[in-house]
Amino acid sequence: MATKLPATDVVIIGLGWTGSILAHEMTEAGLDVVAIERGPWRDTATDFSPAIAPDELRYAIQLDLFLRPAQETLTFRNSPTQNALPIRAFGSFLPGNGVGGAGVHWNGQTWRFLETDFIARSHLTQRYGKGFLPDDMTIQDWGVSYAELEASYDKFEYLAGISGKAGNIKGVRQPGGNPFEGPRSREFPLPPLEMTYAPSLFAKAAREMGYHPFPTPAANASQPYTNPLGVSMGPCTYCGFCERFGCANYSKASPQTTVLPSLMRRSNFTLRTECEVLKINMDGTGKRATGVTYVDAQGREWEQPADIVLLCAYQFHNVRMLLLSGIGTPYDPRDGTGTVGRNYAYQSGSGVTMFFDDKTFNPFIGAGALQQVIDDFNGDNFDHGPLGFVGGGSLAAATTGGRPIGYRATPPGTPRWGSKWKKAAVTAYQNTATIGNQGSSYSYRDAFLDLDPTYTDRFGRKLLRMTFDFHDNERKMAAFAANRAEEIAKAMGAKQIVKRGLADHYSIVPYQSTHNTGGAVMGSDPRTSVVNRYLQSWDVSNLFVIGASAFPQNHGYNPTGTVGALAFWAAEAIRTQYLKNPGPLVQA
Amino acid sequence: MGQTRLARRDLLATTAFLLGFGSSQARTYSGSKPWTEGAADPVEVVRPGAWRYLTPEEAASVGAIADRLIPADDLSIGGKEAGCAVFIDAQLAGTYGRAERLYMRPPFTSGTPMQGFQSPLTPAAQYRVALAALDAYCRAGFVGKGFADLGAEQQDKILAGLESGTVKLEGADGRAFFELVLQNVMEGFFADPVYGGNKDMAGWKMIGFPGARYDYRDHVGKHNERYTLPPVSLAGRPEWTVKG
Repeated sequence: MATKLPATDVVIIGLGWTGSILAHEMTEAGLDVVAIERGPWRDTATDFSPAIAPDELRYAIQLDLFLRPAQETLTFRNSPTQNALPIRAFGSFLPGNGVGGAGVHWNGQTWRFLETDFIARSHLTQRYGKGFLPDDMTIQDWGVSYAELEASYDKFEYLAGISGKAGNIKGVRQPGGNPFEGPRSREFPLPPLEMTYAPSLFAKAAREMGYHPFPTPAANASQPYTNPLGVSMGPCTYCGFCERFGCANYSKASPQTTVLPSLMRRSNFTLRTECEVLKINMDGTGKRATGVTYVDAQGREWEQPADIVLLCAYQFHNVRMLLLSGIGTPYDPRDGTGTVGRNYAYQSGSGVTMFFDDKTFNPFIGAGALQQVIDDFNGDNFDHGPLGFVGGGSLAAATTGGRPIGYRATPPGTPRWGSKWKKAAVTAYQNTATIGNQGSSYSYRDAFLDLDPTYTDRFGRKLLRMTFDFHDNERKMAAFAANRAEEIAKAMGAKQIVKRGLADHYSIVPYQSTHNTGGAVMGSDPRTSVVNRYLQSWDVSNLFVIGASAFPQNHGYNPTGTVGALAFWAAEAIRTQYLKNPGPLVQA
Repeated sequence: MGQTRLARRDLLATTAFLLGFGSSQARTYSGSKPWTEGAADPVEVVRPGAWRYLTPEEAASVGAIADRLIPADDLSIGGKEAGCAVFIDAQLAGTYGRAERLYMRPPFTSGTPMQGFQSPLTPAAQYRVALAALDAYCRAGFVGKGFADLGAEQQDKILAGLESGTVKLEGADGRAFFELVLQNVMEGFFADPVYGGNKDMAGWKMIGFPGARYDYRDHVGKHNERYTLPPVSLAGRPEWTVKG
């Protein structure tokens, strides 16, 4: 039996990026906020110090900071006709755990989606005609426009001290930035990072081919920075331990380095760690959430009543929490009805590995978002008419760090062990570079999330079941991008080029990307979305579901910039509209 | 800092119902950032000594395998001397070997390659079963000799056969074991020396990885120029340790 705790104004499930931002905004509005976080408290000095953090085995291989499958995992199958089996070890994607969430161990590539991404279906059908999209493709407009989100993107970028170069300020093109981006209200808070050798070669070759290279917007501070909350960050040292690691230099933007120092001082904020929410509780009408029930690490159950529930966990966990709590109608792929679990999407990676023979790339010098990139083949920045597919991606040469357990590419035909391998590995270490495409992943009728009928977690709750495979449209897009990458690689002077497209079937084994999206998507029609344009549940008006779970499909960029913007966007709607007049902000 | 107003109300009784996650404990924080003296969580340094999980015979086989996967030559010392068996032994004796972090609930059913491993065997159990099977395979084929007692050429042949699947082990998945041991030997050779392998940073010196230097601001702009400072471990460099 759960012990009932005193009621609070707001309860937040999960204290990652979105939970921290919402907690800060809600406490600023004077509300009492309780955040409930499954993992432990973590902070820079104690958990990511320079004597602890640069440890590849612990963090990048054994995944010390991540969610452990023993705590929660998913089951997976490629198609609805298969038997789903549990993901026993995370591989393809790595969900976070603990205070800061995946915001602790991300790379820091901080993008805005394109203006046309937000109106994907209406734009593409208008430009190419109704029959151009595959019948089973279920992409849709977001219900919010780029222009509406601009101020929220700006807030997140200034909170996180993003290093970059604007390409478009209030409609005026800026040299050195991305010419395809939507208009920004102002320049980035910090200038771009200093560039390493391989990305510089890529940018030179791309420019000579008529493309438009620019430095990726990075949440790795190029200079000291103090954000609007008064929290200071230190400059990035290009240490090469970014993705999968905490940052010892206070350089990578995370809730710890940007929000928590301000939030934790507020007397109207309470954080409970190592407490896992079991379900969102509902009143008798099924229209109103009354709070949450959670279990602590010692195994005792507690009920936390609240007037507002903010579901701010990772994408999968948001969707699963809705299903476990019986909120909304589960998606049924047979007839396309229902919404919870619909439009799961991912990322379609492709590209090239380049082998040179006369370079000293020093791959260990890197930062999570240290790369040069072109957007010439992203979204609808190019004519898809003759190509027979839609979507695209950001094509980039990155140096994130040459940590040797994981960073050991060798040219084709090299043995994997023995003296011949050693010789090849030594040469390749300094002579290898890559060009990768962060390809869009559009949503389809047969790609979805529901509850697994067989496998359960340690509390006996059903696991989430993922049904997903790549589709021909994405295959064509990925191959097209790999061909463009190959052309640039040749211009860079690579001696050997290995091209990589999408696999025959999506596999959960090799790491690809922790950019899982959808399942609780936003939109303007309750028949095809779980939340309205303000991330408010159509079914339960005092519940907001915030994160990449709201993406109707995934676009050709890393998602965190947009996730941060959606957090500020929802916060503003709650503060300026909902609190004055609690109830649905959009009439269904 | 120890005086921070730390509201660490343990809401809960101290019943030790730990759900398999060691010393985890629910905590409540309000009013300040928590700070506890000595709260940092460094790794335990592994030093050679008595074997923790492997039997001496098993350890000899693992050392011999490591010496063929990473043979001693002009580029580096061999995998055994580099401590790969010491590393693997310590790993198998810990959370990794016990698969503590993985989802190990039944039912165990075989699936497609895309669905990943579905074996109920922990890494520690895989080593035990496969090393015994490898030993039996060698003793049957090579007049009673175990893997460690064979010549380098024979050892290479067997390893190549396990890798390709042409050498089949009785009661063990030889190919899966080869992938596991290859991964673990490389981890031992390239992980920080605090884990018992990568002796004197031999793996890092071989490829030119500077280890835990953590600051390259002075070299970012030096394109195509070799970085000349020697590698540093989490435990520093041997030269930094005062002897005596």
